[in-house]
Amino acid sequence: MGYILRRLIQSLLILIGVSIITFAILFALPNDPARQVAGRTASPSQVEDVRHQLGLDLPLPAQYARYIAKLAHGDLGRSYIQRTQVSELIGARLPASLLLMLGAIVCELLIGLTIGTVAALRRNTGFDQGAMVGALFFVSMPQFLVGYALLYVFGAWLGWLPLSGYGSFRHLILPALTLGLLGGGWYARMMRSSTIEVLRQDYVRTARAKGLSRARIVLVHVVPNGLLPIIAMIGLDIGYFMSGIVVVESVFGWPGIGQLTWQAINQIDIPIIMGVTLVAACAIVLGNLLADLVAPLIDPRIKLK
Amino acid sequence: MAVLKALFQRKLALLGLIVITVVVLAAIFAPWIAPFPPEVQLDDGLDDLGAPLGPTAKYLLGTDTLGRDLLSRLIYGAQATLIVSLLANGIAVLFGTFVGVAAGYLRGWTGAVLMRMTDLMTAFPAVLLAILLATMFHQGIWIVALIISLVNWVQVARVVYTQTTSLAEQEFITAEKSLGAGFGRILLRHILPHLVPTIIVYGTLGIATTSLTEATLSFLGVGVQPPTPSWGNMSNENAAYFQTAPWLVFFPGGCIALLALSFNLVGDALRDILDPTLRGRH
Amino acid sequence: MMKKLVMSVSLAALMLAAAPLATPTFAQDIKQGGAMIVTFKDDISTLDPAIGYDWKNWSMIKSVFDGLLDYKPGTTEIIPDLAESYDVSKDGLTYTFKLRHGVKFHNGREMKAADVKYSLERTCNPDTQSPGAGYYGAIKGFDDFQKSKKDLAGITTPDDYTVKIELAHPDATMLHLMALNFSFVVPKEEVEKLGPDFGKHPVGTGAFKVSEWTSGQKIVFERNKDYYNKGLPHLDQITFEIGQEPVVALLRLQKGEIDIAGDGIPPAKYVEVTQDPANKDLVTIVDQLQTGYVSMNVTMPPFDKVEVRQAVNMAINKDRIVKLINNRAVPANQPLPPAMPGYDKSYKGYAYDPDGAKALLAKAGLSDGFTTELYVQNVDPNPRIAQAIQQDLAKIGIKAELKSLDQGNVIAAGGKKDGAPMIWSGGMAWIADFPDPSNFYTAILGCGGAVDGGWNWAWYCNKDLDARADQANAMTDPAQADARATAWGKIFTDLMKDAPWAPVFNEKAITIHSKRVAGPNGVFADPIHIPVNYDEVYATDAQ
Repeated sequence: MGYILRRLIQSLLILIGVSIITFAILFALPNDPARQVAGRTASPSQVEDVRHQLGLDLPLPAQYARYIAKLAHGDLGRSYIQRTQVSELIGARLPASLLLMLGAIVCELLIGLTIGTVAALRRNTGFDQGAMVGALFFVSMPQFLVGYALLYVFGAWLGWLPLSGYGSFRHLILPALTLGLLGGGWYARMMRSSTIEVLRQDYVRTARAKGLSRARIVLVHVVPNGLLPIIAMIGLDIGYFMSGIVVVESVFGWPGIGQLTWQAINQIDIPIIMGVTLVAACAIVLGNLLADLVAPLIDPRIKLK
Repeated sequence: MAVLKALFQRKLALLGLIVITVVVLAAIFAPWIAPFPPEVQLDDGLDDLGAPLGPTAKYLLGTDTLGRDLLSRLIYGAQATLIVSLLANGIAVLFGTFVGVAAGYLRGWTGAVLMRMTDLMTAFPAVLLAILLATMFHQGIWIVALIISLVNWVQVARVVYTQTTSLAEQEFITAEKSLGAGFGRILLRHILPHLVPTIIVYGTLGIATTSLTEATLSFLGVGVQPPTPSWGNMSNENAAYFQTAPWLVFFPGGCIALLALSFNLVGDALRDILDPTLRGRH
Repeated sequence: MMKKLVMSVSLAALMLAAAPLATPTFAQDIKQGGAMIVTFKDDISTLDPAIGYDWKNWSMIKSVFDGLLDYKPGTTEIIPDLAESYDVSKDGLTYTFKLRHGVKFHNGREMKAADVKYSLERTCNPDTQSPGAGYYGAIKGFDDFQKSKKDLAGITTPDDYTVKIELAHPDATMLHLMALNFSFVVPKEEVEKLGPDFGKHPVGTGAFKVSEWTSGQKIVFERNKDYYNKGLPHLDQITFEIGQEPVVALLRLQKGEIDIAGDGIPPAKYVEVTQDPANKDLVTIVDQLQTGYVSMNVTMPPFDKVEVRQAVNMAINKDRIVKLINNRAVPANQPLPPAMPGYDKSYKGYAYDPDGAKALLAKAGLSDGFTTELYVQNVDPNPRIAQAIQQDLAKIGIKAELKSLDQGNVIAAGGKKDGAPMIWSGGMAWIADFPDPSNFYTAILGCGGAVDGGWNWAWYCNKDLDARADQANAMTDPAQADARATAWGKIFTDLMKDAPWAPVFNEKAITIHSKRVAGPNGVFADPIHIPVNYDEVYATDAQ
């Protein structure tokens, strides 16, 4: 389809733009990678040797061209600090982050759907009001606060869930919850309004008139229809997650690319920073594309341009 | 005005307004209300082993790890937090509106390029970009605000763009154009007034987002620099104490949440009053 | 009669019951076996001995590889390792090492003299990008080798088990350099096979092999059953878990989930943990070869005036700062730490005297004070310490703006001539690579370090002191060791007259471990192996 092709080309251009800007920013940082790699006791001539080896004495556009050329072969370069292939480092950690994001999406949907639907069904009651304020509250909490609060209550105080780490379902619960609570709040509110819309529709009234049970109506008609706008949004979540994982993975010791990013920025490990930024940008662009493709399926008024 | 009246009628929004007012007043009158100067490390602020004190009669909310009074820092912290959030959001809304209107009205190549720029910005993981930029520049409240606005203007631009395009196509605009009205006139008299509700709503809701971003950046160590207190960097400084001295983390963090919540409540209500079609993901 | 019998029986019973309590644990009670878990926050970067240079992988490398010499566990005394014996010529220019026979690499091949030469050449080869290459500059032919990369003439192997190293000029640190990680022996075939990935799949002669490495999650060490030093290591397995926040790691230790918190006790938990009597035997506090200092850039006014620098020295309330970090350090008055040979116990330094400091500033024409910047690494507790220093400086009229940045950025600023006027060294503070006072001079206070990207952040260059340093390094005769130490001590205390630094404290190394693991005296307080000497730790519950 022409639209998809056009969007893919646009996405490629955007990614190139991201890579150029990131490259420029990293180049403008005050540190000297040749010094970093050569070590603290290296003589100036040794540092220059390293600089030449890493290609850092080339003019900036040439360096960028080299980077892109290597990128085309799947080579993201080697970490300055760890000397390992960046692709290997990212590859080892990406599954953990993907798992975390999946868990967060599940949490978001569970929280959003249940609270939103029930609030809509009990419109204007105390529950409705309370739930909506509660949802807004989740949205207003900084993620690190949520993380530490959950860690303190469930990990340290009650001891029900593990304090950090990776490996079992129990380890996933708190981090996924922390990452997903924000989205959950939004989805609760959205679900509520779209469910109210659906409840007003004629076919629902018809179903009621026909005598179908309330539960059946809700499960079969209301929820799926109310869900559609939310599905369209999930792609956009990736963008928020890419920022969120830096904090959440740090708080919970989750071995994903957020932790890798934070470490790399602290050590000014340029190859890793470039690699992670590109991976994240890819994910975001794909997520946005997904959201835009799904949108017209829900609302025929939205046309693909 | 009618808007304010409608606002006051909603209880939750009213509560939000009260909280915001309290915070603003605290920020303005900090030098008079705070019991101690926020940056002074008091000699008896730490116990003999160098640990922070819990709430006592002298230090109502306890002290932090440098022996400074938490309550005073909390009150003064409102200043940095508010200034950065308001500044950042102001810049974001201004810039976003500018780009959105330009792209929406001028269309064609200008419009396409501008909108691609916004796409480019969204592709950047916001926090990553903010951290990188913060590492580059001389720290200061203005720089932090600028960086935060950089990651937040896109949303405003998008919404304004959509509204401007639909407005620009409306018949009365075409009519005016055919009468020879200039670009500036159309802009000022017909387009901007219709955008005011959007600007107000995002002006308010956006502060919640920017205050949270400031908190996160300070938490990661690249926001407002110590010893100037901001609620974000206070949470950062004391994060490790969440189990041994939880009040050090949860008081500043709680203040951030409360402020963001209040702005969200007010902004939400404003949206309901002014333009319910703006509903959806913020 | 009955009574007497009962009495003697009960007494006997009592004595029997008391006996086990009275018996001390002997070294023979150490059983081979068991496992241990160590946690770290950041990724382990590499285990390549020529490259690995951070405090985490330093000790790990010492367990996977060996060098010609080593240090007696728990001390700074040099003992033979892969070399059975060694000989130093009278003029200090020739070192001859006799290698042990039958030492095997983890891949089964026997280690020979050629491997030693290969490993040293590898480290000195600019292509390897080893941070330690510079240390071996005294070896004959070093400069030629750096250009030709063909053969380091100063190292010869007369036979399979003898290595001869000739120096171009005497270097008193040469024995330490043969016990340094950068000299550790690596097998040529594995290095050539793996290339840059050798660091992630290391093969050495050491007590442990690396059996698993999942990036970002864990590294598993397994006991090398063919280790030449029979009886070591005690443990069968060590698992290093990565990505653990220090506070969380400590909570897990308290729950019994892990054995050693590799990043130490975070400040947040320090008071609670050390005050708890249950932890009394589990926490070791020992002096480290570390000094935390404020460096002042002597090329940036007004720090070019010695009075200003001395004033800063007198303005800092070191006792308060030490209290701030829960007494985990002792105040310092000179660059060398107390555990270093050459430390001058009698030197008084600059006493805390804010009024005197103000007077000095007035003498320098700065009675109104001035504004400047203080760089600091943004990891707790360093920003706090910097803020305490900031407050002290404010009291004498110096307004220091804090620049709290990533470690990399602070180091970069320090390495630029006009980069940073003041730097608090915490978190990046110099910890000696080996226990010799020269290590505290050359890179961080000598003229050679005052270059772009160097570590002499004070940009201090005193040619006289440099000459005296060279002289001291030429005193290679072991009989002169004391004289050499004194000479070095004087160099540093004389340097304090110029006060390019304000030494603040010497931090202690504090390790906490679970009840499960133990070690002979000094294992947890080893000045060379931080956090512990992995070879010597044993499990108390081994079967």
